[in-house]
Formats: sequence, structure tokens, C-alpha cells
Amino acid sequence: MNFQLTKTQQLFQQMIREFAEKEVKPLAAEVDDTERFPDETVAKMAKLGLFGIYIPKNYGGAGGDHIMYSMAVEELSRVCATTGVILSAHTSLCMSPIWEFGTEEQKQKYLPKLASGEWLGAFGLTEPNAGTDASAQQTMAVEDGDYYILNGSKIFITNAGKANVYVIATMTDKSLKNKGITTFIVDADTPGFSIGKKEHKLGIRGSATCELIFENCRVPKSNMLGKLGEGFKIAMKTLDGGRIGIASQALGIAQGAMDETVKYTKERKQFGRSISAFQNTQFQMADLETKVQAARLLVRSAAWKQDAGLPYSADAAMCKLFAAETAMEVTTKAVQFHGGYGYTREYPVERMMRDAKITEIYEGTSEVQRMVIAAKLFK
Amino acid sequence: MKIVVCIKQVPDTTEIKINPVTGTLIRDGVPSIMNPDDKGGLELALELKDKYGAHVTVITMGPPQAELILREAYAMGADRAILLTSRAFGGADTLATSHTIAAALKNLEYDLIITGRQAIDGDTAQVGPQIAEHLGLPQVSYVAGFDVKDGKYIVKKETEDGYQMLEVSSPALMTVLASGYKARYMNVAGIVDAYDREIDIWGDDKVDLPAEKLGLKGSPTRVNKAFTKGIKAAGEVHEVDPEQAVNLIVSKLKEKFII
Repeated sequence: MNFQLTKTQQLFQQMIREFAEKEVKPLAAEVDDTERFPDETVAKMAKLGLFGIYIPKNYGGAGGDHIMYSMAVEELSRVCATTGVILSAHTSLCMSPIWEFGTEEQKQKYLPKLASGEWLGAFGLTEPNAGTDASAQQTMAVEDGDYYILNGSKIFITNAGKANVYVIATMTDKSLKNKGITTFIVDADTPGFSIGKKEHKLGIRGSATCELIFENCRVPKSNMLGKLGEGFKIAMKTLDGGRIGIASQALGIAQGAMDETVKYTKERKQFGRSISAFQNTQFQMADLETKVQAARLLVRSAAWKQDAGLPYSADAAMCKLFAAETAMEVTTKAVQFHGGYGYTREYPVERMMRDAKITEIYEGTSEVQRMVIAAKLFK
Repeated sequence: MKIVVCIKQVPDTTEIKINPVTGTLIRDGVPSIMNPDDKGGLELALELKDKYGAHVTVITMGPPQAELILREAYAMGADRAILLTSRAFGGADTLATSHTIAAALKNLEYDLIITGRQAIDGDTAQVGPQIAEHLGLPQVSYVAGFDVKDGKYIVKKETEDGYQMLEVSSPALMTVLASGYKARYMNVAGIVDAYDREIDIWGDDKVDLPAEKLGLKGSPTRVNKAFTKGIKAAGEVHEVDPEQAVNLIVSKLKEKFII
């Protein structure tokens, strides 16, 4: 057993930390404040090859691994959770299922452009009446010659409006329930496809979150991802990978709040000494640091299993559950340590607290993660 | 166009302290980085690669762990990396270092040699110019801009009060400022490949010099004393309106004969 990053992973960590610190951090407050999608950061990330980290080189990726990808989401989220989720949704939710379930033709068509960042990706499963109960899909896909005609809508879709490619779950046969769900790759310029309402959110305010609308949207049969009726399986598998991405985001947010709090409590003086000198601060911070490290080990271990080709579904749920709840606890306490200043936008911890909350909700709520973990436990 | 960039691994001096007893740098726990001016120099070389298809070789003299900055150079886009390492090179001052590097460079073909202006550990700015002297090359120091025109190098040299534009014949040596070239980040595919690529390890057999020119023996410099600079007295704070502030600043500058 070896807990050390490889030399390659260490070199990657050096790069992504520097990139996050110099290119991403300076924009974080403004991106949050103005609810602006950071296009310029996305362009810089594309240039470095960050949009195809673990995609093999023959499909235009960098040929790295899932641990590097997880570290990228972590380090970006440490300074800006918006930037972290843009990468996570693109990689885990759009590119990954195409790589895993796509035909050779689909891979050749989509992966090089997604991996280079020329195209951004998104994923649509959630609907107004299909949240945790993903099998209640109402977006219908009806066969029509060489096409399927899609009608319905998706909500809360990350990267919506900015993405060029969408992986969409639809219902092709309602009577079959889960087994009647089929996935399609939908190009943004497909007639009948449009972007609906943009959400105004508590956190990750720079990320684009919108409704997707399908009105007689004709998608060629050749864009079916996987087989007819395989959509639910693909969605669940995709979310397993996505959970490691979101766990990495939560871990990054927690680490960012720790960094800020260590710095602040050393500087802030009350009763004639730094508040970091008080045992109340020290004990609470020691507990939080322990939780952050535990979360990191869970995240790394899940990503490692993914790289090793081992089953990781429950591991992904555990790391996501623990990292998300740790992020919420750390950021809430970080605001408390900062006192009144922490409640203002002068310091980044209030943003981190708002950003942390979503990690307990999307890509499966904490309750869903507990269901997944328990299902494995009591099978 | 063949370019050789000389780079150095240095302790990150923003985090360094000096041992008050021995007067030497405390290197324990201090991260090692590619010297910033050298990184600027590598950026210039890589821009010339992007523009003209230049071949970029990086070379560093140092202990085996200096390999790290060569891997970094590969991940940024360098084509070849050489580690110049031998116990015989240990303890070298700028003179012995420049003799050694110049002798090693004689094994290579080049149209342009690039070094950083100075390293943040020693801050001498001597090694680049000394290499040029040993090799009998024209040199420009403090380079902040560079291009190629009709086989000549058009160089923008930073001076204390502005810039000088120079035309230089090839081959030549430039010492580059980090401020002139914002270094690119390592790219992900380059990082993935960096540890699979070959690094040429050159020992003293690649350096055709008598033993007394190498390492400590070849170093006439003796450090008399090293110490941490005392902290300056606290400044004055005046809370006044902008007009008064200008007058105050001007009178202070006059008082110190700065203007």
C-alpha cells in the first residue's frame, strides 16, 4: 500500500495549484457576485488540456488518470467552486459516458473536440417531476424513421447554454419504467432544442444552470448512446463517476475554507492575542482538519479504484457523502471563526459556505448516497 | 534554429531563512523551484519554437534532484533535457559554474543560448555573461523582448530608465528577465509524458576542463559573512487629502535628494 502521489501526479498538482492561485482565484468573488460564467478561465483551461485529463491520447485527451482529474476539481474548487463544477460536469457527466458507452464513430466525433475544450459538455437527467426518482422521466423520445423525436424538458442543468453537447436521458417506453429509458447525445444546434430559464442560485453562482427544452427535437438514431433501454444504467454509472467529481469539489471548498481560517485566526487578535492561540480555536480546527484529511483519503481511494478498474459505486457515494457534509461543516464554522467579517463579502468564507451547500444536493442528495451505501451493505 | 536554455533549480526564496550561526541558507522544508528568470528564458525559447519551429534544449547543472525542473521543462514543451551533474562540480561559485556550463555547451550545436538574468538564491547575474565570454559570443543582458529578422536578432534590452533596441548576429547569448516573459503553465499531456522521456545525464567527462577549474577548487569567491538584513524602521503614516499628500511626498523626496 502506498499513499504517495506518483511523480506525475505531483507535477500535475504543482501546475494546477499555481494555475488555480494565479488565474482562477482573482476572479472568484466577481464571478460569484455578478453570476457570470468565467469564459476566459474556461479558454485557459482548454489550452492546458484540462478538459480531457483522463481521456486517452488517441481520442485527443491528455492520457492522465482519474486521480489527476479529481485533484484538478479539488484545487480549482479550493479557490472557486464555480470553476470546479464546470470541469466536473463536462468531464464526468458528458465526456465520460461517451467514452464508456459510445460507438467508435461517436467517440471519434465527440471526444477530440470535448477533450480539447473546443466543445463544452453537459448532461440532462433531472426533470421537474424526476429528481431523486430518476425513473419518472417524462421527456419522451419517439422513433420516426432514422430519427427519434424528443419532447419534454430538463431542469437544473449545469453548463446549459454554454455547452455544445448534451447527454440526455429520455423515456422511450413508459411501460418498462427504468428499462424504458434511453440516452441520446444531443448537439446544441439541433432544431427543436433550446435553453429555458436560467436559475438564480444560493451558491456556485457563476456556473450556468438552466432548463433544457425539447420541442419536436429530431435526433438522429446514430446519436443514441448505448442501446435502447440502457439509459438508466448509463445514468447511474455516469453519476457514480460524477460523485467523485463533486466529492472533489466539496473537498476543495473545505480545504479552501481551512486555508482562509488558519490565516485569519493567526492574524485576528482579541484579548491581546491571536484567536488561533485559544484552545477553543485549536480543538475545533484540529477536528475539522482531521475530517478534511479523512475526506481526501476517501476521495483519492475512490478515484484510485476507478483507475484500477475495480467496482467503486459505494466508494463514490461514501466519499461524496462525507466530503459534502465535511464541506458544509467546515465552511459554516469558518464563517463563525471569522465572526462579523465572515458574514460579509469582504472575506471569501461566506461564499464558500453558500457554495458548499449544493454538494449535499446535486449528483444525488446525501440521502441518496446513504441509500446507495446501505444497498451495498444489506444486499 | 537551435536554442539552448540554461536553467537552475533554486530554493523558493520567498520562504527562506538564514541560519544566524553558520550564515548559510536553511534549505530544509523549503520547496525547490525553477528559477523565475530562467523560466522566463524558457518561455522566450518556447515562443520561438511556436513561431519558427525552433528546437529547444534545456540544460541544468546541479545535484540529481535538479531533474525535477527538467521534467517541468519537458511538460512546458522543451525538446531535449540535459542534467550536468558530478561530485567534481560541487561547491562551484559563478566562475567555476560558468566554465563548466560553457565547456558542456561546446558539445552542442546552437544558434542562441538563453539564460535567466539572475538566480534568486545568489542574485549575482554573473553566470550568463561569463558563459558568453568563455564561448566568445556576443551577449545582451536584461532582455525583455526578442525577435528574428533577416537572420539577425532584434533585441529589446531593459535599462534603468527605458529600453535599448539592439541588432545582434547569431550565435549569441541572451540573459532574460522574468518580467518580460510570463511563463506558460505545464500542459496536462506534457505532464503525463514528462517522466517517460529521456534525460541525458552528463558528468565531468563531457566537460573538457582541468580539474582545478571545477567545483570548489575552481572557485575564487570566499563568503566573508552572511547575515539577515535588519528590519527598517517603521514608516510614517499621514492621513491627509490628495493635494497635501502630493506636496508631502515631493518635499520628502527633495529632502532625500531623490528629486
